[in-house]
Parts: sequence; C-alpha cells; structure tokens
Amino acid sequence: MIPARMAPHEARVSGCYAELDAVEVALFVTCLTDTFFPRVGEAVVRVLRHFGCRVEFPEGQTCCGQPAFNSGFDAEAAALARRMIPVFEPYEQVVTPSASCATMVKTHFPELLADEARWREAAARLAAKTYEFTTFLREKLDVDIGAHLSFDEPVTFHFPCHAREAYGPDDLHNWLAGGKQADLCVPEHSDLCCGFGGLFAVDYPEISGPMLADRLEDLAASGARLVICNEGGCTLSLAGGAHRRGLPLRFKHVAECLAESLGLMEPER
Amino acid sequence: MSTPTAFRQRVCEAVADERVVRAVHLATWHKMEARAESMRQLRDPEAIRELAAQIKQHTLENLPHYLEQFVAQVERSGGCVHFAADADTARRIICDIAAAHGTKLAVKAKSMTSEEIHLNDALEAAGVRTVETDLGEFIVQIDHDRPSHIVTPIIHKDRQQIARALVRETGCEYTEDAEELTAIARRYLRDIFRRCDLGITGVNFGVAESGTLCICTNEGNGRMSSTRPRVHVALMGIEKLVPRLRDLPVFLKLLARSSTGQPLTVYTTLVTGPKRVDDPDGPEELHVVLLDNGRSELLTGEFAEVLRCIRCGACLNACPVYRNIGGHAYGSVYPGPIGSLVTPLLQGLDEHAELPRASSLCGACQVVCPVKIDIPGLLVRLRVRTRRSQPLLKRAAIRLWKWMMKSPTRYAWVQWCLSRLLPDCRDGWSRGGPGPLGAWTHCRDLPIPPKQSFRKLWRERLSDER
Repeated sequence: MIPARMAPHEARVSGCYAELDAVEVALFVTCLTDTFFPRVGEAVVRVLRHFGCRVEFPEGQTCCGQPAFNSGFDAEAAALARRMIPVFEPYEQVVTPSASCATMVKTHFPELLADEARWREAAARLAAKTYEFTTFLREKLDVDIGAHLSFDEPVTFHFPCHAREAYGPDDLHNWLAGGKQADLCVPEHSDLCCGFGGLFAVDYPEISGPMLADRLEDLAASGARLVICNEGGCTLSLAGGAHRRGLPLRFKHVAECLAESLGLMEPER
Repeated sequence: MSTPTAFRQRVCEAVADERVVRAVHLATWHKMEARAESMRQLRDPEAIRELAAQIKQHTLENLPHYLEQFVAQVERSGGCVHFAADADTARRIICDIAAAHGTKLAVKAKSMTSEEIHLNDALEAAGVRTVETDLGEFIVQIDHDRPSHIVTPIIHKDRQQIARALVRETGCEYTEDAEELTAIARRYLRDIFRRCDLGITGVNFGVAESGTLCICTNEGNGRMSSTRPRVHVALMGIEKLVPRLRDLPVFLKLLARSSTGQPLTVYTTLVTGPKRVDDPDGPEELHVVLLDNGRSELLTGEFAEVLRCIRCGACLNACPVYRNIGGHAYGSVYPGPIGSLVTPLLQGLDEHAELPRASSLCGACQVVCPVKIDIPGLLVRLRVRTRRSQPLLKRAAIRLWKWMMKSPTRYAWVQWCLSRLLPDCRDGWSRGGPGPLGAWTHCRDLPIPPKQSFRKLWRERLSDER
C-alpha cells in the first residue's frame, strides 16, 4: 500500500518511483536544446519520469532572452521575460537542462522586471520554482546522480562556466567519478571557458577561436573521447570546434548518460 | 564590410604573435596554480575575501569621512597632501614639487596610478629624468615598450629580449642567466638610487586612522624610493583607503596570494610622515597626491564596486581572453577584465565601447577576485550603456530576433528554416556563410539541426509515452 503522497526519498527507499504521487514538472527545454539537441530534451523527460515526475511541455515556450540580455539589450530581454512568465505560470515546478538559462530566469528576470509592479511578483514566483536539471534531481528528488551513472568507456568533462550557480566543477567531477566502471579522465583545467559566450562568439571570433582551441586541446589531451557537457551553448561550440579539427570527441549531457545508464534510452555511440 | 576597428586590429595582431601568446599562457597558468595553492593555506579563504570586500565597500560608502581623517593624519605626521581632480592636475603638482627642489633625477617605484596619468612623459618634458626601479618596469622603460600586465609588466617578453635591452642600456655583456641579468639591473639602479633627489611611489593601501601609506613590492625598490631621496611623492587614487591599521592584514593576506601566489610580498613598507627629528634617515618631505580622475563620479552609481579593486592582477591571470590577446591589445594602462571596466569608466565609454563586449562572461575573474567584484555582471551593465552605439544592422537583427521569439509559431518557423536552409557541406555540418554564420564558423563548424526538433518529438511521440 503506497501512501497517497510520499516524499521522494521514501519512495526511493521503497523502490517505487512509478507509484509516487507524481511531482508535476514543466520542462523548459531551452531554444538551443530544442533546436540542436532534442535527444537531451528526451533524456531529461525520461529521467524525470523515471524518478516519479509527471512531465509537461508547455508549447508556448521559446527563448528566455539570454542572448539579448548578455549583449546589453535589456528591453528586448525583458519583452521575452514578460512573454515567458505566463507560459510557465500554471505549473508547480520548472526544470531546464541548461544552467545558464536557469540563471537567466532565476536571477535576471527579477532584475529586469524589478521596476514593473505588474510583473515583479510573477517573476519572483517563476524564479523560485525554476531548477537546473541536476539541482532538481539532487535537491527536490533526493537523487544521488553518481550512483545511477555507468559508463563503458573513459569519460572526461567540460564544466560550463554558467553552471557555477547551480553546481561546481568538483560536483561534476564527483558525479562522474561515482559512476560505475567510470574511467574518469580529468582535464588539466577543470573550469576553462569554451569561448562561446553567446553573441561574443559572433562578435569576436578572433578571440573566441583561440579560447575554443585551448579548451579542445585540454579535453583531447585528457585521453577520453566522451565529454560530458551540460550546456547546449558550450556543446554547440565545442562539438563544432572538434568537428572542424577532426578531433574524435563526442559530447553528451549528463541527462543522456543517466537515461542510458538507467536503460531508458538506447546508448548512442 | 566596414574596416576593422583599432581594437580588432590589435587583437588580430596579438593572437597571431605566437611567441607572446605562449609566454602569456605559461605565465598566467603558473600564477593561477600558485594562487590556488597559496589560498589553500588560509584557514577560510572565502571568509577573508568576503571580509575584504566588505571593508572596501564600507570605506567607499563613507569615503568623504575616511578621506578627511586620512588627510588630517598625514598632515599631523608632517606630510603634505595635494588633491588632483584629474590627471593633468596631478602631473602639474608632481612636476612643481620636482621643480621646487631642482630635481634632475627621480626614481619611481611601480605604480599603476602613475601609468594612468602618464607621469613619466610629463616629468621628462619638465627636464626630470625619471627611472623606473621595478625590474619589470625598468625593462619596459629601457626597451621603450609598454607594460602588458598590471603586476608583471613584461609578461609578454622572453629572456632574450630582456637581455638585449639590458645590453643596450648598460653596455653589459650579453647573458641570458636570470640571476646575472638581475644583478646587472641592480648595480645600474643602485647608482641611480645614490644620485637621485626625488622618489615617487604608488600606494597600495592608505590607512585613514593613522595616515600611514602601505607600499608592497617584491624587490625593495618601494622602500628605497620612499626613503633614500630627500623628497618622497606618493601618488594614490582616492579609493585606496582602508579605515584602520588592523584592516591591513586582511588585504596583505590576499594581495600577494592573488598576484603571484606568495603569502606576502617580500617588502611591505609602512610610511607614516617624513623623517622625524630623531630618525637616522628618511625623506625630509613627504607629499601625498590624492588622485580623483573620474573616481568620485563612480562612487554613487551602479559601478561603485569597481573601486574596491586592489590591483592584484588575479583577474588578468584567470581570464581566457587576456591569456590569448595579452595586455597590449586592450589599448589601455589597465588591461584584462578589470581594465575592461575601469578603462571605459575612467577614460570614456565611447572610445572604449568594445572592451566590455570582448568577453565571454565566463566569470573566471570573479572567482579569483580578492574583493569579490562582480566583473561579468558589471560588464553586462556597461554593454547596456553602449547598446545604442552598436551597428544598426545588429540592433535591427536583435529586434527581429525578439519578434521571432515572441511567437511559438514564428519560433518553429525559424527552426524549420535552420534545419533545411543552412548550407550543408554534405556531412550534416555548415561551414562559412554570410554575416553571423560566417563569424560563428570562423573557427568551428555548425551542426545542421535535426529536422525533428524537441517540440516535434514531444508532439509526435514523447507526450503520450509513460
């Protein structure tokens, strides 16, 4: 007999996630993941479902406006914030696979709309209920990420700079090190920028290029071919740079690794 | 296409100079490791950084009070205080002091503030030969170069270049041995120290309660410059104050660690007033020149926290942009992340509008900043101020993009276009192209997005599954 409402950790102890009175989660997939990495979105959905969540995908969502905000176009970013807030208003919690988009919603939406009485509270509500994917797993579902990971090849990682508010390079390191059969190849520099930086990569390719080269050199030297990278922007930059140079690196979001390890998705080679 | 800006030209030259790029990479990585190691020795580095940030912030918020106190104390200890509203005034004050004493030869310890006001040029023009006594700055001076780092000015030079400069200046025999090179410079500078009659230093921290000047150097030249000559001129920005002597250790623990990974600079000189009657030596006169030069305008605005900076240079060492373009490309006395804030703020946003944009906002600077300045956040605030001077096409593109993103239908249409209309090099990747596509693919390929976006996947398959 399962109680009507069960705390996630109780459900985990009794091994009955599926029976859990589902936690309702709205997926904020982000425009880059939606467009370039649909498999990451799928993995997030499957992993969340596995751990007892009822996942919704509000189809009104588009982009959170981060590129505009980072470039100093506050008005444009605020317009997209005002558009996004009502889309997620009906849901209890919002989960996103991107830490930088989570920061946009959690930190910058309230800043952008601080002077607008109509929006201030709604922005604060959305900020409070939005979670970066791994943070949600750990804090709301009490999931030990490392314990669920397994790899059949050496693995290294790229720590996305904008994940700092959600987790640190050491956390990422520990999850992967906790994975079964993991041959973790730690890059020499555990938190080195990939050179993406939104419009920066387009504004200053002359600078972004050498930064990307530094990061790729470091990752390639780690010896692993599988790179865990939890940020669509970084992956877009790194994978594109690796392809240009003919480096045999492959990139995966930790959600994909979890989904594969848990048997929720076919492993992709 | 418009012609590349001066900044972009400097960047292109800098990234192409493999020798400099390699030197800067090695030096900055080395210093980052040393910093990390020395910070680990502190019981609670985070708490000390937080405390340092708070002390500085408090001082800035009460700056008029602490300045008043500082001035009174300097004067009480026998020093003379001069206020310089701008660089020109500061140069004039110092040249006048030199003239009043008939100075022909002056020595100068390392001071970024003196670089900021281009003091050497003014003194030379006034007929005062001014010799840099910090080894790095000395090399820069005799090689007619410019510093490229606020702590290690010759980070961009290799040993051969240093050796050639010393041979040219001193007529010594060519050697690449670091110790011999240092000894040559030391002998040369000792003679200058003996003959000079004016010493100019910067100030790392001014203590308000006692009027004490704290000068940190690794070579002892700060101490020599402030004690040997008859007259000591100390040039400091008004933001350099700390309230009490007991606040100093907080900053001394952080300054050298952040700069070079040393627990403390080799020489930490505390100067309170000129030579007293009973003192065996020391300068007969002490002049403190307090420089504003745009600082007081920052005090009340959203950028006030940049004035917390203690010029340790850690943000330069941490910055992947600095590591790749070096210091000269910034076109300013203050390079690196803090320079990308300070330069536009103190010298005008119009001429330096590009600096805040030449950053990936990776935040490595913020992680190492000993006074916890939110450098990436402030860079974004500066970008807001320069949005109107962005190219018309870019502004229009962002507005168009916003319009696209405001409707899920238009958004899906953009996705459709990207997955079908991007030029495919037959391997699922895009290379080259017009405008932003060309810029993006300057150094990386762009994957053609799959025809099935996540939202299509959701609609077709994922939403019904359990």
